[in-house]
Amino acid sequence: MSGPSRAPLLEVRDLAVRFTGFDGVARAVDGVDLTVSEGETVGLVGESGCGKSVTALALLRLIEPPGHIAHGSSVRLEGRDLLALGAKEIRAVRGNHVALVFQEPLSALNPVLRVGRQIAEAIRAHEAVSRSTARWRAVEMLAAVGIADAERRAASYPHQLSGGMRQRVLLAMALACRPKLLLADEPTTALDVTIQAEILELLDGLQHKLGMAVLLITHNLGIVAERTRRVYVMYAGQIVEEAATERLFAAPAHPYTQGLLAAVPRLDERRERLRAIPGQVPPATAWPAGCRFHPRCPYAWEKCRTEMPPLLEAAPGQKARCWLVQEPGRRKSRPDGEVTK
Amino acid sequence: MSPWRAAARRFRRNRPAVAGTVVVAAMAAAALLAPLVTVDPLAQPDPVGLQDRPPSAAHPLGTDPYSRDVLSRTLHGAQVSLLVGVGAALLAVTLGTGVGLAAGLGGRRTDEVLMRGVDVALALPRIVLLLAVFAIWDRAPPAAVVVLIAATGWFQTSRIVRASVLGLKQADFVAAARALGSGRGGIVRRHLLPHVAAPVIVSASLDVGNIILLEAGLSYLGLGVRPPTPTWGNMIMDGKDVLLSAPWVALAPGCALVLTVVAFNLAGDGLRDALDPKAA
Repeated sequence: MSGPSRAPLLEVRDLAVRFTGFDGVARAVDGVDLTVSEGETVGLVGESGCGKSVTALALLRLIEPPGHIAHGSSVRLEGRDLLALGAKEIRAVRGNHVALVFQEPLSALNPVLRVGRQIAEAIRAHEAVSRSTARWRAVEMLAAVGIADAERRAASYPHQLSGGMRQRVLLAMALACRPKLLLADEPTTALDVTIQAEILELLDGLQHKLGMAVLLITHNLGIVAERTRRVYVMYAGQIVEEAATERLFAAPAHPYTQGLLAAVPRLDERRERLRAIPGQVPPATAWPAGCRFHPRCPYAWEKCRTEMPPLLEAAPGQKARCWLVQEPGRRKSRPDGEVTK
Repeated sequence: MSPWRAAARRFRRNRPAVAGTVVVAAMAAAALLAPLVTVDPLAQPDPVGLQDRPPSAAHPLGTDPYSRDVLSRTLHGAQVSLLVGVGAALLAVTLGTGVGLAAGLGGRRTDEVLMRGVDVALALPRIVLLLAVFAIWDRAPPAAVVVLIAATGWFQTSRIVRASVLGLKQADFVAAARALGSGRGGIVRRHLLPHVAAPVIVSASLDVGNIILLEAGLSYLGLGVRPPTPTWGNMIMDGKDVLLSAPWVALAPGCALVLTVVAFNLAGDGLRDALDPKAA
């Protein structure tokens, strides 16, 4: 659980990112609020295209035209408004206070530079250290992320390393300046399952050692269940549910969350078909009116089609963007006959 | 193994490319050593008695209509050709890389202005432009020839660089570097230039041959570097009237010209194959 004693490290209010395209304005992220406390691990889950990666990029102001962060958004790191910083100041935050790990370990490394040099570059971007000191620290970082024979590996090119090792190198780059917050955008998606577990284990250990907070962005509910204390569920550019991890898995309040959890295949259940949420995520240029989930929601009624629900408190520490919170009586049997709640 | 060393190995295995490099190196050495090993290219020991003499021990490649030593003039002519060819190619590549980076990294408007400017410039025939300039500028020094040829030769490079930069800008590793706080200068130096270098080097090396031919063409027409300074172009001009009676006068610089241009093109092709295995 997120203890109230922890100070908020990152406070995001009403974050909105828009992309202007030929077919209109895409509201990729639309009014996201989220909080990460010091040392905390928070999950951000959602389908592809729900806006979770864009959220991560926006936190570091890495949105490139035609996209932009809308007026009225606020991103505060230890009370400092990141959106108000100058170009040089935000550069000093990137990688130094907040680091981002990308999901594709091969393409996120420059193929023509030795990996040691790339880590050293991350260090030298923030600290006035000599080339040789930076190089020495890069080797140290490689050892810290569990790469054997770090000295020799530092002289390798990315293509000479395995997928797991590349992800370790990316972690080393991200952690080289000991950031307070790590944004991990699907850090293990490109890896096979055993390596995934290793990397997550490593991340856990480093997090404790460095005392940093992690915002783990993923679509993998298993990882969320195992590694996070609190979770935000994102759908169509909005946070639709927020809860402590245990609570979310035990008693999801939003029909979308319920659908996500029901879609996870389980070993203790015999099923002919995997259960899926009907329909598809609508395009970001044309979110449905009212609740954005209503076209896919088994419970939707009139109100859902016209009025967008705010995040409503479903239980202490649990909020859901759903009118059912106010009218729990409308939860009836699901279309497949299974009764929820 | 580093990508550059891998490329060097591929290059060494390419025989024509190595042969081209050897010829270029030999030509450069000959040009540099010419003042030491040959007679003065302007000397006319016997202005009337030694005209158009066939090759002999004293004049291994004969003499020209002004009684000057053809071997000496051919080697001294190499100085002009190589200087102009290599100098202008380097300068053009630098200009083109700068403009290409500016267009690729600058805003939409910068890009638009620069690239439409390049479109216009590419529509003007280079040789006509240069003819006009040198026809007016009678006594242009060799440095001016280098600069003007470079100034009319960077357009293609700028397009290549811009295209690569536009692609690289979107690359994950550039985004990753930005996410870790790298500044624009660092990204250009560490992430963009090394990737742009290969196509640019290739285009420069292939350009050298073209520029040497261009310079020879200008000299042949009596423009650019002026007589009596020997250039392959004005030597061929001197030889054209005696082509049947004293073929060596035009043949020596002509062969040198062909040899050098072919050598540069072979080396350039080899570089392309070595640096960009996908294009080969």
